[in-house]
Amino acid sequence: MMMTVVTRKTGEAAGTAAGDGLTAAADPMVAFEGVSKRFAAGRTSAEVAALDGVDLIVPRGSVTGIIGRSGAGKSTLIRLVNGLEKPTSGRVVVDGVNIAELDEKRLRDVRRSIGMIFQHFNLLSSRTAFDNIALPLEIAGVDRQTIEKRVTPLLDLVGLSDKRNRYPSELSGGQKQRIGIARALATEPKLLLSDEATSALDPETTRSILALLKTINKELGLTVLLITHEMEVIKTIADHVAVIDGGRIVEQGPTFDVFTGHTHATTRSLLGGLAGLHLPEFLTRQMVEKPEPGLRTILRIIFKGENATEPMLARLGSDLGIEVNIMAGAVDEIAGRPFGMLVVSLLADEAKIVQARSFLADHGLSSEVVGYVR
Amino acid sequence: MSADIFALLVKSTGQTLYMVAVAGLIGSLFGIPLGVFLATSGRGELFAAPSVNKVLGLVVNAARSTPFIILVVAIIPFTRLIAGTSIGTTAAIVPLTIATIPFIARLVESAIREVDPGLTEAARAMGASPAQIVFKVLLAEARPGITSALTLTIVSLIGYSAMVGAVGGGGLGDLGIRYGYQRFMPDVMAIVVLVLIVLVQLVQSAGDRLARRFDKRIRPR
Repeated sequence: MMMTVVTRKTGEAAGTAAGDGLTAAADPMVAFEGVSKRFAAGRTSAEVAALDGVDLIVPRGSVTGIIGRSGAGKSTLIRLVNGLEKPTSGRVVVDGVNIAELDEKRLRDVRRSIGMIFQHFNLLSSRTAFDNIALPLEIAGVDRQTIEKRVTPLLDLVGLSDKRNRYPSELSGGQKQRIGIARALATEPKLLLSDEATSALDPETTRSILALLKTINKELGLTVLLITHEMEVIKTIADHVAVIDGGRIVEQGPTFDVFTGHTHATTRSLLGGLAGLHLPEFLTRQMVEKPEPGLRTILRIIFKGENATEPMLARLGSDLGIEVNIMAGAVDEIAGRPFGMLVVSLLADEAKIVQARSFLADHGLSSEVVGYVR
Repeated sequence: MSADIFALLVKSTGQTLYMVAVAGLIGSLFGIPLGVFLATSGRGELFAAPSVNKVLGLVVNAARSTPFIILVVAIIPFTRLIAGTSIGTTAAIVPLTIATIPFIARLVESAIREVDPGLTEAARAMGASPAQIVFKVLLAEARPGITSALTLTIVSLIGYSAMVGAVGGGGLGDLGIRYGYQRFMPDVMAIVVLVLIVLVQLVQSAGDRLARRFDKRIRPR
């Protein structure tokens, strides 16, 4: 029954996520070109490289996610975009402007066109929700009347009109982050930076905040660059992803392709629990690498939503006379598109297996032999 | 208590209030900016100037470690330069102010350091100038702490002002020493102490109430 879900969702979801990435790649919102960043480590002359030769593209209008473990260089990377950090070498180009070569005064102007939200919200405890959202406008020298006109609809947008005069201490974590988002949008930026914005929130609140970010991305056409260590976040809203490890980008591209392709070791370990990537223990325990007569072949079939699998498996039996056993499998959703893996065992000789795989390939299903069991 | 003593008491209270008010005001005028600078001029901070920070820190420590009564006497030439005289209530304001500035500066510095650095970062990300960060973020967020610091300053000033009788500064402390102690009038001493207690009590509770009103970090009950 899993399969039927897959086929139904394919049509509407496939187009939207893949479409915008390609056309926008030529004129990205953010481009890192050979960016390195070193920090002096204490008083000694030794330096620590936080980023090492990073090339990265954030397509205009995309939600681009950067995922990596803590200490991988994510925070440094996002701070380079609005000049909170300066690169040691390389260029950080935001909307055609090289951030690294701006003086403080011009940098401040550019920052007003880039919103930022934070893991711990960073709201002023002494200001009400309204006045927190108004802060970037006050900083930009906007008059009180215009502020009123801008802030009220933003409170509406994040669904907190009734909390207008509340102080942050009277709000929940999710509400604080909504105020943080409204504040980041106040100056009508073209780019929103999200620094682990959901890491301090529970799963349910995380989902609602991510949904809000997605809405903003779609309706305001705002480019979103987010860093996170949570695969859930990337899977849910990022249409582009870059995987960072040890200060280097090890993989980047459309999320669906990166996560469903032949992934880098780091990506694989971050993917962790993603559907079917790990074989169940009972299978790995008795698995051998070399084929022998009488052994069953373990095949991992990857379906990316476009193809129904059930009739294919049935036809392996009816057309080719191969007995198919389902060992494990799961369906997941990545960037709005269904993605699944099915681990099956086939009792057939090598020639038949080759035949079966080409049959699956003819129907758009990729497969790989992972081992053999008795 | 005779009418003369009562008149003296009123006059002395007036002198104490006058000295505390003026020294507190001028002391804040210099002490608060100094405190902000001390809190923001360390290595890698907003107005990074580590060597100036170090020198100012030393000066502040030196001023704070000098016993007040010695400071009063030691700066007499400076007092004469500023006030035209080294004797009297107005002259006493000079050493009181000099002692207050580093006192306030250190308290304000620690109040500013309490402000979450994430707020400064958020303000920088919004494109705030250093001045905007100081006024819209640091001072605004540290307001409860600064209020407490000023309360403590005024209470300490009331105590210090008792010592400036040594240079003819007058005030409640002076009244207590000259009449209560030197003229053996324990009832005057008792009244002076009582008035001082009431003054400090009033200042402290008003300051606490104000600080609590400014502090939005706690959920109101």
